[in-house]
Amino acid sequence: MKNKLSHFAIPYVIWMALFVVVPIIMVVLYAFSAAGGGFTLANFARMGTYAVVFLRSFKLALIATAVCLLIGYPVSYMMSKEGPQFQRLAMVLIMLPMWMNFLLRTYSWMSILENNGLLNQLFQKIGLIALYNQVFGTDLQYFRLINTQGAVVLGMVYNYLPFMILPIYSVIIKLDRSLIEAARDLGANTFNVFRRVILPLSLPGVLSGITMVFVPSVSTFAISKMLGGGTEMMLGDLIEQQFLGGAYNPQLGAAISLVMMVIVVVCMWVMNRFGEGEEQAVMM
Amino acid sequence: MKKTLALVLAMMMAATMLLTGCGSSGEERVVNVCSWGEYIDEDLIYQFEEETGIKVNYQTAESNEALYSLLKTGAGDYDVIVPSDYMIGRLIAEDMLAELNYDNIPNYAKIGDQYKGLSFDPDNKYTVPYTWGTLGIIYNTTMVDAPITSWDAMFDEKYAGQVLMIRNSRDALAAALLNLGYDINTTDEAQIREAYQLLSGAKNAGVYQAFVMDEVFQKMEGGNAAIAMYYAGDYLTMLENNPDLAYVVPEEGSNWFVDAMCVLKDAQHKTEAEEWINFIAGTDACLANMDYIWYASPNTEALEQYPAYYQETYGEALDMGLYEIMAAPQEVRDRCALYENLPAETLTLYNDLWTELGI
Repeated sequence: MKNKLSHFAIPYVIWMALFVVVPIIMVVLYAFSAAGGGFTLANFARMGTYAVVFLRSFKLALIATAVCLLIGYPVSYMMSKEGPQFQRLAMVLIMLPMWMNFLLRTYSWMSILENNGLLNQLFQKIGLIALYNQVFGTDLQYFRLINTQGAVVLGMVYNYLPFMILPIYSVIIKLDRSLIEAARDLGANTFNVFRRVILPLSLPGVLSGITMVFVPSVSTFAISKMLGGGTEMMLGDLIEQQFLGGAYNPQLGAAISLVMMVIVVVCMWVMNRFGEGEEQAVMM
Repeated sequence: MKKTLALVLAMMMAATMLLTGCGSSGEERVVNVCSWGEYIDEDLIYQFEEETGIKVNYQTAESNEALYSLLKTGAGDYDVIVPSDYMIGRLIAEDMLAELNYDNIPNYAKIGDQYKGLSFDPDNKYTVPYTWGTLGIIYNTTMVDAPITSWDAMFDEKYAGQVLMIRNSRDALAAALLNLGYDINTTDEAQIREAYQLLSGAKNAGVYQAFVMDEVFQKMEGGNAAIAMYYAGDYLTMLENNPDLAYVVPEEGSNWFVDAMCVLKDAQHKTEAEEWINFIAGTDACLANMDYIWYASPNTEALEQYPAYYQETYGEALDMGLYEIMAAPQEVRDRCALYENLPAETLTLYNDLWTELGI
């Protein structure tokens, strides 16, 4: 039986080898080679100068992940408590934006957040900007929404929120109802049922949600370019620039990518260890 | 196990055949073209296919640098490319372009002499110019107090938060170099660093609302920023959506550019490539293209006939002011310079400074 399964797995193994393992090996090879060939560590020596970019990217990705979790968990939890019809509808509403291209959606956020954009026009119409000026004695024509770190975080949350909701929802919906009933029978109130049964059991969903939001957020470059105004570079921009910028330097680009991947893997590993610990604690 | 292996091999073969686009169909004549987005009247492609029976695989790259990266990694399997002047210089220096057989491109004779023998291809061996234009400042007349005439506007704190800087190290530093009165092709590190100081000083003073490439359309058309630097042809596109916009080639001078068609050294379809180039360099194709993309053609006949063509097509006279923005007159071009391919150290310096600016 086991043997048969492994036959079926061969195409997947080939796929993984071709499109995951080989590229990673190439990244590693490039990262340790000089422009003309030959081994070098010089690419990594420059990493210190980019510390600010690393910090900024990880900070914004962390904030976006936290916001996604804060919004995503309650949404998934409430969805799971509603009837099947509501659940289907909610699912469609969550998935609907994803039928459109990611760049288009981010582009529309630009026209919403612009100085002369939809939101600012609305604020103007309802007199919010005039009111603000009166109260704070300022002379604003518009609120500065776009080209800020907040706009970048908003873009990440908007684009990646479904990746937080879906795994959490699919875990919660499959929870064994009898466990909740048992907890109730044993005298736990609603809060305790949630804290000691539902929350720990939904942790795997939370962990994969965090991974699926954090990883693309940390490496994004389209969002920071369009909504952040490109004045403050993020990791994705920095890496892109090595490949598509004026000085073609794939070796440095690979080195930065490698450092980023290592940091992300370490973060994920620590988090998963922490997650396992939680689950075991609950089991005991 | 053997069966599985055979299956896997068969699948891999099928996959490679799919990926390489079935090279075995033999008879069909093909040409692979890589250009920029929105940079051709697509009817021309169908017209060419009908006339010659050659199938055109038309692809686009985002920028000269992206194209270079595609070529270097071997990802781009093109015959004809349309890079800009400085990138052509670099590709020639790295021996990546094929010499053209101009006997197959009779329309080359229609290209004006002022677009031939330029610094990137001094002996006219590799290129047939496709378009040309200028880099300048686009501004919203309702958002500035006086008409913009100088590169100062790109660094002036008076317009803090209202200026869009271009997200391209070469153009951004060129604006600063010109404002300081230096040559845009300088390799003098001190001058480049001084230009960088001007740029980063303005950035730190909050002059720049954002660093943009194609986002500039939406921002300028929507009145979200007052001043931006971009290309003349794109200004004309923006003007259709916002009549308040004006364009100027600053008094200190600017960059004028030529994008030219080239054939890659390892092109598989060189004959077809030359047929395509000849077709595109023809007067009818140049007129259609000019009308569609608003970039001036180097074909002298087409350039002269365009106002009449416009009149005939739209039933109204072409605004000659706009025509002169598209096809800058000689006195404007006299204060502009072409970008030249910079030596590797200077390119690295540009890249390092640009990264520093972003940090």
